[in-house]
Amino acid sequence: MFKKILIANRGEIACRVIKTARKMGIKTVAVYSDADRNALHVKMADEAVHIGPPPANQSYIVIDRIMEAIRATGAEAVHPGYGFLSERMDFAAALEKEGVVFIGPPSPAIEAMGDKITSKKLAQEAGVSTVPGYMGLIADSEEAVKISREIGYPVMIKASAGGGGKGMRIAWNDQEAAEGFQSSKNEAAASFGDDRIFIEKFVTQPRHIEIQVLADKHGNCVYLHERECSIQRRNQKVIEEAPSPFLDEATRKAMGEQACALAKAVGYTSAGTVEFIVDGNRNFYFLEMNTRLQVEHPVTELITGVDLVEQMIRVAAGEPLPFAQGDLKINGWAMESRLYAEDPYRNFLPSIGRLTRYRPPVEGKTAGGGIVRNDTGVYEGGEISMFYDPMIAKLCTWGETRAAAIEEMRLALDTFEVEGIGHNLPFCSAVMEHPRFTSGNITTAFIAEEYPEGFNGVTLDGAMLRRVAAAAAAMNRVAEIRRTKITGTMDNHQRRVGDDWVVSVQGEAFPVTVSADKGGSTVTFAEGTSHRVESDWTPGQPLARLMVDGTPLVMKVGKVPMGFRLRVRGADLKCLVRSPRQHALSLLMPEKLPPDTSKFLLCPMPGLVVKINVAEGDEVQEGQALATVEAMKMENILKAERRGVVKKIAASAGASLKVDDIIMEFE
Amino acid sequence: MKDILQELEDRRAVARAGGGARRVEAQHAKGKLTARERIELLLDEGSFEEFDMFVQHRCTDFGMEETRHPGDGVVTGWGTINGRMVYVFSQDFTVLGGSVSETHAAKICKIMDMAIQNGAPVIGMNDSGGARIQEGVSSLAAYGEVFQRNILASGVVPQISLIMGPCAGGAVYSPAMTDFIFMVKDSSYMFVTGPDVVKTVTNEQVTAEELGGASTHTKKSSVADGAYENDVELIAETRRLFDFLPLNNREKAPVRPFFDDPARVEMSLDTLVPDNPNQPYDMKELILKIADEGDFFEIQKDFAGNIITGFIRLEGQTVGVVANQPMVLAGCLDIDASRKAARFVRFCDAFEVPILTLVDVPGFLPGTSQEYGGVIKHGAKLLFAYGEATVPKVTVLTRKTYGGAYVVMSSKHLRGDFNYAWPTAEVAVMGAKGAVEILYRSELGDKDKIAGRVKDYEDRFANPFVAAEKGFIDEVIMPHSTRRRVARAFASLRTKKQANPWKKHDNIPL
Repeated sequence: MFKKILIANRGEIACRVIKTARKMGIKTVAVYSDADRNALHVKMADEAVHIGPPPANQSYIVIDRIMEAIRATGAEAVHPGYGFLSERMDFAAALEKEGVVFIGPPSPAIEAMGDKITSKKLAQEAGVSTVPGYMGLIADSEEAVKISREIGYPVMIKASAGGGGKGMRIAWNDQEAAEGFQSSKNEAAASFGDDRIFIEKFVTQPRHIEIQVLADKHGNCVYLHERECSIQRRNQKVIEEAPSPFLDEATRKAMGEQACALAKAVGYTSAGTVEFIVDGNRNFYFLEMNTRLQVEHPVTELITGVDLVEQMIRVAAGEPLPFAQGDLKINGWAMESRLYAEDPYRNFLPSIGRLTRYRPPVEGKTAGGGIVRNDTGVYEGGEISMFYDPMIAKLCTWGETRAAAIEEMRLALDTFEVEGIGHNLPFCSAVMEHPRFTSGNITTAFIAEEYPEGFNGVTLDGAMLRRVAAAAAAMNRVAEIRRTKITGTMDNHQRRVGDDWVVSVQGEAFPVTVSADKGGSTVTFAEGTSHRVESDWTPGQPLARLMVDGTPLVMKVGKVPMGFRLRVRGADLKCLVRSPRQHALSLLMPEKLPPDTSKFLLCPMPGLVVKINVAEGDEVQEGQALATVEAMKMENILKAERRGVVKKIAASAGASLKVDDIIMEFE
Repeated sequence: MKDILQELEDRRAVARAGGGARRVEAQHAKGKLTARERIELLLDEGSFEEFDMFVQHRCTDFGMEETRHPGDGVVTGWGTINGRMVYVFSQDFTVLGGSVSETHAAKICKIMDMAIQNGAPVIGMNDSGGARIQEGVSSLAAYGEVFQRNILASGVVPQISLIMGPCAGGAVYSPAMTDFIFMVKDSSYMFVTGPDVVKTVTNEQVTAEELGGASTHTKKSSVADGAYENDVELIAETRRLFDFLPLNNREKAPVRPFFDDPARVEMSLDTLVPDNPNQPYDMKELILKIADEGDFFEIQKDFAGNIITGFIRLEGQTVGVVANQPMVLAGCLDIDASRKAARFVRFCDAFEVPILTLVDVPGFLPGTSQEYGGVIKHGAKLLFAYGEATVPKVTVLTRKTYGGAYVVMSSKHLRGDFNYAWPTAEVAVMGAKGAVEILYRSELGDKDKIAGRVKDYEDRFANPFVAAEKGFIDEVIMPHSTRRRVARAFASLRTKKQANPWKKHDNIPL
């Protein structure tokens, strides 16, 4: 076994690999760029080597830099993680030349699977089901119809040079095929100057399901079942699970065996993933093979009990796989939510900055009998930089059943505290609550279909809202009683905290009566229903763990005048708890609309304009840098808050501005 | 007997009706509560004890004998906020526009006298059209009486003014002399002369809101310390502030049960100060992570953002915080910041509220506008305020403190009790580059040489140890343990006694 390995990666995957290496008694070497000087993977590794400036193309993917680090530290093997150099044939080859072991597949396998056309051909030869289609030249409509019939409707007619939906048609019958062929051809000729057309099977209700394979250098290859990754946003996976709620035993077996056949055909060793697209009738077609450890590998580990990184290292060291196909059973269900530093309320725009608070849920066994696992690459007080992937953690849960795993995930997401940057936790919570998701009836179009306008937050249903209102009333009582315990009160004339309150949340007002006893509070609503709230929450705790009617409720708690800001199940609520009199008088207060300053970019501080990045008439996107203002030698980049068109620029570079001076105006 | 009891109830009903249902409706239509509704929300339920409900004015000019109202346009009395005593007055706009008569003012004076005598704060809710013109000079005299009491009460009991409607002309000078002024957005304004007079005299066209609304006074003039959306929110937040304040200058700041470990460690503070010395960071994060339960009541949030002032609690007891904010103007001191912080420090000192100062200051802001505006004297206010303060003073230096600003910001030389520094701190006369340019003027042509000199200077002075060697810094502390160290420092200072030489009063450079 190796004594020391280098991890040619950063972030959560570097940390993930270090954990297993440490467990195996192997020393680890981290590499880091200037931006990662204080990163978690650097802290966790036994040694760390600086490899260059922040941009990855000057550090993490510069093969020479990694090779230098290997030589300097004497690492015997390299784990590439995912991304960066993980699927670079020349990297594997460079290591080979140096006599350093690549913890991954042999370079020919990387090369073979790296090309879409070659890999599809190899797959076909290995007996793997591929999307039926015709690649040759198609002479006319008649031939197009003939080919379409052979493939079987529906078919997709595409321009070879196409992109962005141009020159693309879907045909469900002969007539549509004939017409579609002609119009695609014309469009392709006009748009791309290349009228070559090809036809392939159009997959309806597509799901993204992939098979994990593991092969050693002794000819053994097994599959560790599937993962379903259909919840994607613009080809970016958001939520994955294992197993798939859609596959039956026969399909699973067929897919697994084909995946192994392909791996064997290309002489694959180590962990790899064969991606399939699966249609509504469980027909599956090969997409591509990823010759590396996948981001979403933890869900497979949770249902099989196999540490994939450990097996990769052992395989690389020449050990045979310790199990056979028959040993690999599916145990329970696992979910993964990817935590992205992207603001869902601002069209998932990347968000950078300082993590002022970062408290993931406790890992390990849960009170509900499940398991929580969080693969993370960041820490509280760390900086999310603009240079790398915005994915900062992967929260996984395990349960006996899919429903149990989902419930564990809901609670884990509610418990996960992330402040200082925009992030997608509310969106993940929203998906976990979505009836279509919980039903398992998902496709790769789920997010596009269910959130066509983007994500605008979550509205809690009536039952959940009442649980939240009851909890808020009970928490408010604790806070109000504490206020009366201040020093300096008049003896015998202390304030008595009332029992009647009105909870206003999500546009509804609930008059409630709170009666407290030793174990908790009973909150009774006006129509007589009551909820039992038990909690050890004290004022100021940012996370409230409560039992409401015997089931857990976890909320992030902030303070607002006369109430709380509560975040739970993806909802972000202003929850006011007021005395009946306060509530009644509040109804007399005017509704105020926020002032419209959106049409101007105002100078936030007195300073000097260093640069104006846009011109009049430019269309700007949310988050786009508009101007740089320097104050006391510090440069502050001012960004667009929303999309718009620049109408007028009022300040020029070199201008000295006061607070709230207009820099530019939008249309 | 029964009739007499009934008469009392009848008379009370008349007094409580204020200006009558129609005027109350008009008040509500403007988004404003009535004087009595405001008192109800401000005080603990059922705790209000009224004074002078039946007082009526004595004016007989201009037909005033026909319009008498019991209470004369102001409701006064006392009650409790979370069980602690407070005196209140609330002007009733529905009665003669809340205008101030001799008797109206006398009612206010009465409760202010009681407040001074009994040592409880005064909260005034202002909603008045101004002097009652029919009374002429009597009305002005009445203002004078109130002003005199504001002055005498200053530094004896906390005074808070809530501006909840118009407050114009001479009337503004009563709130002006109180400790804190809060306004309601869109429905309150304060000015010495209204838009009409402004137009006549200076030809300036300006609306009441632009001239003296909440936005003007919280962002531009700094007359007000904060603004809230509506009456209900303003009053709720006033109750919150009240819990931070001592009742009078003879009592310590209040303590309440707290649910936060004084030894709480915040590892994230070790990375608060960025590696790049020119990159700003948010000082508020440090304040919130030091404070009990992350609870911070900020004063003058929207004015002079380069300095932060407000109240937190440590181990349940109120502490005033003054902090440079690197996010705004690099946290430098200027006229506005100095004035803002000086007044806050003096409030804390007057009422025995300990002061925590968090320092990252590059110096005073240079420029003609500052010098012409008198930054010398305004900066001196903050220096003076810190130097005369005898309350416990704990200072934490996070990054840099240069030049005169170093001395100003609660330094050891101004009787700082605990002056801590983070390892990232540096105390110097100026930044290394500036210093080298003066010390090695003859070498300025030689870039390499200068770079070497800058490095030498940094190596020598860009750390807290030079100051620590001299005892100007008591201890260099780990950022993550700041809460524990600061809390222990204040705990050790609970018995602090310090006095200034006898004087009639000082002569702070106003």
